[in-house]
Amino acid sequence: MYHKTIGYRWFTVTNTLLLTVISILCILPLVHVAAVSFSSSSAATANQVFFWPVGFTAEAYSRTLTNPLFLRSLVLSMERTLSGTLLSMALTVTAAYTLSRSFYGRGFYSWFFVFTMLFNGGLIPTYMLVTQLHLTNTLWVLILPSAVNVFNTILMMQFFRAIPKELEEAASIDGAGYLRSLITIYLPLSLPSLATLSLFSMVWHWNSWFDGLIYMTDYRKYPLATFLQTIIQGGDMRNTNIDPGQLQILSERTVRSAQILIGALPILLVYPFLQRFFVQGLTMGAVKE
Amino acid sequence: MMEWKKSKTRFFRQLPLHLLILPSVICLLIFNYAPMTGLLMAFQDFKPRLGFLHSPWVGFEHFKYMFTYPDSRQVIFNTLLIASLKITANIIVPITFALLLNEIRAILFKRFVQTLVYLPHFLSWVILGGILTDILGNKGIVNHLLTLFGANTIFFLGDGTWFRITVVISDVWKEFGFSAIIYLAAMSGINMSLYEAAEIDGASRLKQTFHITLPSLVPVILVVGTLALGNILNAGFDQIFNLYNPLVYREGDIIDTFVYRVGLMDGSFSFATAVGLFKSVISFILIVTAYRLAHRFGNYRIF
Repeated sequence: MYHKTIGYRWFTVTNTLLLTVISILCILPLVHVAAVSFSSSSAATANQVFFWPVGFTAEAYSRTLTNPLFLRSLVLSMERTLSGTLLSMALTVTAAYTLSRSFYGRGFYSWFFVFTMLFNGGLIPTYMLVTQLHLTNTLWVLILPSAVNVFNTILMMQFFRAIPKELEEAASIDGAGYLRSLITIYLPLSLPSLATLSLFSMVWHWNSWFDGLIYMTDYRKYPLATFLQTIIQGGDMRNTNIDPGQLQILSERTVRSAQILIGALPILLVYPFLQRFFVQGLTMGAVKE
Repeated sequence: MMEWKKSKTRFFRQLPLHLLILPSVICLLIFNYAPMTGLLMAFQDFKPRLGFLHSPWVGFEHFKYMFTYPDSRQVIFNTLLIASLKITANIIVPITFALLLNEIRAILFKRFVQTLVYLPHFLSWVILGGILTDILGNKGIVNHLLTLFGANTIFFLGDGTWFRITVVISDVWKEFGFSAIIYLAAMSGINMSLYEAAEIDGASRLKQTFHITLPSLVPVILVVGTLALGNILNAGFDQIFNLYNPLVYREGDIIDTFVYRVGLMDGSFSFATAVGLFKSVISFILIVTAYRLAHRFGNYRIF
C-alpha cells in the first residue's frame, strides 16, 4: 500500500502544510482589511496593523453607516437585487419551461437565445440604445438589460427536462394546460434548483457595478458596488462632484476598509449556501457521456 | 388546404408556449439584437448632433486607423499577452492544486481547504480591487513586509511589468480554487480498479498520478482549454478597470478598457464601436470554432 511508505508519509505532511498555507493566503487579504477597519485611524495610517485590530474601535463603521450617501446606495442595491432577481427568475422559468417542451418553433427559439451568447453589439451601441430609451437614472436600467440570463435559462431547462414526462401527461389527461402544469408540477419539483439560480442571480446583482457607473449620471443613484468603485478608484471622483468634505471622510483608510467589508458582507453571509449548490450547478451541462 | 388547417390548429394548441417565452424574446430583441444594428456606426463618422441616419459614411476608415494607430496596436498586443498568460496559468495551477487536494484523505481538512479557496471567486473585482490596492500600495502591508525583510519597495500597480504580473497572479488567486472543481469532479469519476491494478504491479503513487490520473483528465483539460481560447480577447475588463491607473495605461490597457475610455470618456463613438466590432467578430469565430472542437474531442455541448 503506497500510503504506508515513508516517502508518502513525508509527502502527506508537506502537502497538508502547503495546502494550509495556500488556503490561508486566499483569505488573508480580507482578514487584513477587516483588521484595518476595526483599528484606530492613527494605527492604520502608521501601518501598525497586520491581521489583528490595533486600538480596537468600531468608529469607521459608525461613520460609514451614518453617512447618507452610503446608506442611499445600500438601499438602492437591495432594491436592485430583489427586483432584478424576481424579474430575472420569472423570465428564466417561463423561457426554460417553453424550451424544455418539444413543439414547433423550439429550434428557432433555441438559436435565438444561444446566438446572444456568441455575438453582441458591444458596449457603445448598447449604451446608445439604453440612453435613447430614456432609461438612464432609473431602477429599470439596472434590471432590464440583464433580465434574460441565457446561461441560467439553459440550466433551468435541463432541470425541467429531468422531470419525468409521465407526470405532465397524467395532468394533461386530467385537463391541465401548459401554464397549469408549469405551476403545479414543474415549479414545486424544482424548488432546490430555483433557489440555487436565485442565489446566483442575487450575487450577480449585488456585485454588478459597471451598469450603475455608465447609466447613472447622478452619483446619488449609484448602487453600492458602483459607489464603492468610485470611492476606491479615487481618480474618477472629479466627475461625480461629491462634496470634498464627505470625500475626505469616505476615502480615509479605515472607513474605506469598513465600506469594503460591508460590501462583501452579504456575499460572505450567503457563501455557505452558495458552496452547497455550486458544484452541482457547475458540473451540470458540462461533459455529457 | 388540409395542411394549412393542421398547422393552424397546432399553432393555437401551442400558443401558450409561445406566449410564455414572449417576454424573454422581447427583452432579448430590445437589449441584445437591437444594439447589433448600432454596429453600423463603425462604418460611419457618427455625430450625436446628426444622429444615426444623417452621419456620413466612411467605410473601413476606422478599421484602417485601428491597425496603424500605435495606441490601438499596443492595446491589442496587451490583450493577447495578458489573456494568454491567464489562460495558461488558469489551467496549470488549478490542475496542480486539484492533484494535491486529491491526495488528502481527511475529509474535514479537505472541506476546510475547499471552503477557503472557493471564496475569492464570489467576491467582485470592485471589492478585490479595493483590497488589492490597499495591500499592494506603496504603504500597503505587502511592501511593509518586504521592507521589513530588507527588500526594496515594489510598485505593483504603478510599474507596467509588475502590473501585468500582478494582474495574472491576482486572477489566478481569485479563480484557481473554483476552476479546480471540474478537475476534482473528473478525478472522483476515475475507476478505482485502475489504481488497484497499478498498486499490484508495484507502481508508486507518483507513477499512478502520471499514468492514471493525468491521462484520465486529458479530455476535460482539452475541453476547458479550447473553450478558454474563445476568450483570448477577454483579458478581464472588471479586473483591469479596478486596478489600473494612468501610470500603467501603456502596458495594462486592454481592448475593453480602451473602448470604454475612447468611446464613453472621449466621445469617439464610431472608432470605439469599430474596435468593439473587431473584437466581437474575432471572438465569435473563435467561440464557434472552440465549441465545434470541444464537441468533437470532448463530447461537450450546451444544448
